[in-house]
Amino acid sequence: MEKYDIVIVGGGPAGLAAAISARKSGIEKILILERDHELGGILNQCIHNGFGLHTFKEELTGPEYAYRFMQQVFDEKIEYKLNTMVMDISAERIVTAMNREEGMFQIEAGAIILAMGCRERPRGALNIPGYRPAGIFSAGTAQRLVNIEGYMPGREVVILGSGDIGLIMARRMTLEGAKVKVVAELMPYSGGLKRNIVQCLDDFGIPLKLSHTVVDIEGAEHLSAVTIAEVGKDGKPIKGTEERYTCDTLLLSCGLIPENELSRSAGVEMNPVTNGPVVNESLETSIPGVFACGNVLHVHDLVDFVSQEAGLAGENAAAFVKNGCKDLSDEKGIDIVATEGARYTVPTTVNVDRMNDLLTVRFRVGAVFQDSYVSVYFNDERVMHTKKKIMAPGEMEQVILKKDKLKSFDGLNKITVKIEHE
Amino acid sequence: MIYDCLIIGAGVTGSAVARELSRYKDFNVGVLEKGEDVCSGTSKANSAIVHAGFDAAEGSLMAKMNVEGNEMMDELCRDLDIPFKRNGSMVVCIHKEELDGLKDLYNRGVANGVKDLKILTKEECLELEPNLSDNVEGALLAPTGGIICPFLLNIAMAENANVNGVDFRFNTEVEALKRDDKGIWHIRTNNGEYLTKNIVNAAGVYADEFHNMVSDTKIHITPRRGDYCLLDHEMGDFVSHTIFPQPTKLGKGVLVSPTVHGNLIVGPTAIDIEDKDATATTADGINDLMEKAGMHVRDLPIRRKVITSFAGLRAHEDHHEFIIDWVDEAPGFFDCAGIESPGLTSSPAIGRKVGNMFKEKLGLVEKTDWISKRKGIVETKNLSIEERNELIKKNPAYGNIICRCESITEGEILDAIHRPLGARSLDGVKRRVRAGMGRCQAGFCSPKTMEILNRELGIPMEEITKSGGRSNIVLERTKGGRD
Repeated sequence: MEKYDIVIVGGGPAGLAAAISARKSGIEKILILERDHELGGILNQCIHNGFGLHTFKEELTGPEYAYRFMQQVFDEKIEYKLNTMVMDISAERIVTAMNREEGMFQIEAGAIILAMGCRERPRGALNIPGYRPAGIFSAGTAQRLVNIEGYMPGREVVILGSGDIGLIMARRMTLEGAKVKVVAELMPYSGGLKRNIVQCLDDFGIPLKLSHTVVDIEGAEHLSAVTIAEVGKDGKPIKGTEERYTCDTLLLSCGLIPENELSRSAGVEMNPVTNGPVVNESLETSIPGVFACGNVLHVHDLVDFVSQEAGLAGENAAAFVKNGCKDLSDEKGIDIVATEGARYTVPTTVNVDRMNDLLTVRFRVGAVFQDSYVSVYFNDERVMHTKKKIMAPGEMEQVILKKDKLKSFDGLNKITVKIEHE
Repeated sequence: MIYDCLIIGAGVTGSAVARELSRYKDFNVGVLEKGEDVCSGTSKANSAIVHAGFDAAEGSLMAKMNVEGNEMMDELCRDLDIPFKRNGSMVVCIHKEELDGLKDLYNRGVANGVKDLKILTKEECLELEPNLSDNVEGALLAPTGGIICPFLLNIAMAENANVNGVDFRFNTEVEALKRDDKGIWHIRTNNGEYLTKNIVNAAGVYADEFHNMVSDTKIHITPRRGDYCLLDHEMGDFVSHTIFPQPTKLGKGVLVSPTVHGNLIVGPTAIDIEDKDATATTADGINDLMEKAGMHVRDLPIRRKVITSFAGLRAHEDHHEFIIDWVDEAPGFFDCAGIESPGLTSSPAIGRKVGNMFKEKLGLVEKTDWISKRKGIVETKNLSIEERNELIKKNPAYGNIICRCESITEGEILDAIHRPLGARSLDGVKRRVRAGMGRCQAGFCSPKTMEILNRELGIPMEEITKSGGRSNIVLERTKGGRD
């Protein structure tokens, strides 16, 4: 069986950044396994700009952003296999993969980095009643059809859900000559970035209806109309508020789900809030030597943060390999708990001995908060209290923990992140 | 050309009849189907259950066909190389005062000839199925109950009929029937006129319309809608038996069952409607389903684990009985009408009965070279690494995963397209090999499957459909995509 120091599952933004960082940390034998016919992952179909503002201080398109990382992978001569599907990962870090040329094969990995990304929540999971005709797409599938395949799904569009891909596709379909009639969002707030609401909807006069959902789908063969209605506080449609829109296309942008089938079958412990693995400060999962980063860990808002996070995973996987494929310390570390407005944190534990000088703890809020504070408590003592003008579920938040602060706090056994009004 | 027999409808009944009639020498059989594929109507949306046969009224044709069909299923599924599992059915009682109902069912089952029935105590129930509700008081266990893939049963019988010479005409909708003075039937369709000596009416919810065109003894079929939810593979072992509530007037109630492909199915509702094409689910239907399913099992997370919901239509005849017979006043016209549940289970027995009745009446003689077996599409996910590699060496397409949720390779999709009566649409591929049937519901694989259909069949991308007709996936090239 062939052996690699680090096997990276997925050659999208997370996998690429993890590979580069592992190489820079001195690991020679690295292999990226990518299921598509090119590296870059979902960025290849994200031809709009706005990527890389944090990382490169300039606005790139998705493919351009991906290429900056791909170039480094090529320069560093990091090995990768395309058109290769990982079929199984075992707790013993045996990776089973398959492609046309080599058939099914197994690799023994010193460490594994999970970077499989996420998928979209389909119509079936949304319990929208009505017919099941052609013309209903998840926004990302439509994005692929338009941007990669070069085909338009239709001309009159309704979008359910205000996730970022849906917003981007509202603009994209408009630019291609389609009429986007309305974007309906079940929640009283948008699921996407503020800048996308402005640039993709407001600038094109596309109405966003918050607290609305689709209550009927018409068309036995092809979609012909949808009905949307306002929903009450209980999330149920309010009778009498129905509005019918004729349309031939319904795009769904109702949430992303980390793709953790491989992680689950390997026995990795999962976080029910993020649908991603539970990880420690090293982004290591419950299986020693198996790390996770990017959208497979938790859904990000900006790819820059994916790259940052993946860099850390690569570095820590390298440290694990250099330590003879053993963790530097077996201690679990201090719990990081999200509460009162903060839905989750990544990571959920920190081992002070293993952490870098600074540790970014990322989280999302569960509702819109105005003029509120992000607070961090060490045990019962508030140690951070930062005012934020606005926080929304569509945007990721972070706090940075300092190693010296954690070290010097006597008897620290719990770190709490919460949102406070004052 | 004049057919010896034309069958209206390529659902599970029409296909079973086609297969049985294909046994006979010098007997020219065709099937007229208005859909673009077999299994496009009532047969495609049901509980996917092989019923034991305790439910139908004692002495009814329905009971006889059910029990016979059930008994035929092992051999048939072996011959046709499709999955079938006798997981056993349980009718669960949750009200002490209704325990007598189980005894009645037991007695009816015994009278119908159902084998190995047993009444279970509360403790025995919970031992067999720990996820049953605490309210369970007892159950009827029918070990002969089973689960099957309704698509594959239908497709395999049709394929096998086709290999034995039956001609299938798709996108062909029957509009009118007339018998001329020489006794030849003229069938007017949207694709021209067909001539035949005999007609088998296997038109599902439309069977009453065709019957009533040729007979003054009118029948009436009500489309009885059933809403279903299909749950993720994660829930596939929530129960191991098919769990039924006690039956009511409207049917066998909302069941919870594993499927033969490892999902969990919950349904159906029973809502009588007028429109014979109204397969839309409703919010009330789905809510009703969730409430009812929750009465017999505990903490079933339907809302969190559902991957799709759909509705099917049962062809409910007013007398709740199968009508399988020649129509006296219309010589050569044969009805298979009112085939509602347990129609899927009964289909092999219905096919055999029709075949025998034709043989007897027309003096048919069996072919000596009739092919009884069919080789199914290989399911690569059940293969060992060595078996996979052998296959990939012969055809590298078996090393290329197209549907990641269900682990379906390009090789399997190619087979689905190129075999007899092959797939020509996304749903056609899905029903044959499950590509797009998984938790992402074709989000990732549909563009890839479209490319394969485009390449293999030369169908332009704009003309590739979800399921025929006007169900085109894309409309036109983008501005930048135009040549």
